[in-house]
Amino acid sequence: MTFSPNLYADLQQMLHYEFMRNAFEAGTIISVIAGITGYFVVLRRSAFVAHAFSEIGFAGAAGAVLLGIPPITGLLLGSTLGALAIAALGRRAANRDTQIGIVLAFALGLGLLFISLYAGYASEAYSILFGEILGISSSAVLLTLIASAGILIAVGALYRPLLFASLDEDVAEAKGLPMLFLGTAFLVVVAVAVSFAVQITGVLLIFSLMVTPAATAQYLSRRPSTAIAISIGIALMATWVGLFVAFYTIYPVSFFITAIAFGLYLLVRGARLVIRPRKVNGQP
Amino acid sequence: MQANLIVAENLAAGYREKTVWRDANFAFGRGEFIAVIGPNGAGKTTLFRLLLGLQQPISGSVKIFDAPPKRGNPQIGYVPQRHIIDSDTNVECLELVRLGLSGKNWGFNPYSHKDRDAAYAALEGVGATELAHRPLGVLSGGELQRIFLAEALVSNPDILLLDEPLSNLDMRRETDLLHLVDGVVRKRGVTALLIAHNINPLLPHLDKVMYVANGRVATGKPSEVLTSERLTELYGIEVEVLRDPHGNVAIIGVEEHHGNMA
Repeated sequence: MTFSPNLYADLQQMLHYEFMRNAFEAGTIISVIAGITGYFVVLRRSAFVAHAFSEIGFAGAAGAVLLGIPPITGLLLGSTLGALAIAALGRRAANRDTQIGIVLAFALGLGLLFISLYAGYASEAYSILFGEILGISSSAVLLTLIASAGILIAVGALYRPLLFASLDEDVAEAKGLPMLFLGTAFLVVVAVAVSFAVQITGVLLIFSLMVTPAATAQYLSRRPSTAIAISIGIALMATWVGLFVAFYTIYPVSFFITAIAFGLYLLVRGARLVIRPRKVNGQP
Repeated sequence: MQANLIVAENLAAGYREKTVWRDANFAFGRGEFIAVIGPNGAGKTTLFRLLLGLQQPISGSVKIFDAPPKRGNPQIGYVPQRHIIDSDTNVECLELVRLGLSGKNWGFNPYSHKDRDAAYAALEGVGATELAHRPLGVLSGGELQRIFLAEALVSNPDILLLDEPLSNLDMRRETDLLHLVDGVVRKRGVTALLIAHNINPLLPHLDKVMYVANGRVATGKPSEVLTSERLTELYGIEVEVLRDPHGNVAIIGVEEHHGNMA
């Protein structure tokens, strides 16, 4: 593939390939979902939990590969069971870093065992760990679309109670909000979003779409709805530009997605330091 | 004579294995300002949890508007005991106040004008209009307490429960906040219960005081409750109440027993 200065022609050339069209479609859907759920992941400081889901999902996916069923089934099963287990542990369980870390390490080990039992060892492991957006089929895109529509509806319904519970847990509880239900519903939504996002970024790079865009967006707006919109925009930009650049180079897409997301994060933090120096205590 | 908002009869509170206090009888009317005082662990917050319906009485009864407390009662505004909001929280204050009104509603509705106006009005009511668009994470303790107060008042409650709102404030902010609460009590006819450690800054504003200690609750006018006889009876040990010429009280003989008060 040769890159020309005519970007439109480049796009046409790229989208001529079905695998690139699929990659753009899946990437777009996932960026929207990851941008939205990521906002709540960052607000609730549940990033570590999101990462744990993806690694428990890895064990599930590797097991699925071994059994000859689609990896996404194993991913969904693994991460959702992980979500329910953490939710069942109670309100503050999402902050139990040590226990989650212990389970996470075991899950990765289990995934390694399953993968090593499978003949296509290296390539399967590689694609689950680091993503294989260029290998997504049309039917996988459709499945992603359906699941993402479900996530959108769920987040839409939960939006205000979840925001309230995330910002002010004690008052939300006293106001009669169902905290256990909210916590569980949130973790399951994140688990499903993570499972589909893994197709793109892989298990290990899940933060590039689930955390970095939302964390960047939080610096740019104090209004949750606006911050969510910006978070989606950043995730979309990282995915689109990442796919485009990767198509014309020999380097992996996941690298470019993480690099763009990280670059924007640094840019925003740097700009904030320059534009609005933090107030020092007691000084204007 | 107006009927009482909150009435408790022979009320006992605690957990299955342990009674925190018992035999409490009290009645609070509309527009009363009540301080809840007592050593750590005496069961002050437990009282709030009972009123909020987060916990059930062991025995006896407590009623709010003639009905048992239930979780999510819109007639109660609550400011829990809290020290800080994470300094990374970059969400504007207006949003939190608005959630005090509409945070229970399911469905995506980022900004209704009715909510927004009510939230601004609540911020104005606590003199915090200029904080509306500031992020929660950068506020000082006093500013944060005013935002929490606005969040509690935005739904126009009849009862206000404030759990140690003064704990992180210097004396000037303490006075400011007390004047604010006093104003809310008088202007809106709200009944406010405020948990505090030090009674003295509260004395000029109070209608009643509730002293929780040693498994017992004493309630009444400050001049009735804060006497050597009453507190000695309450604690079961010799307690002396001293008054200086400005009306400040010092309670002697209690503080050193904090550790083993149950």
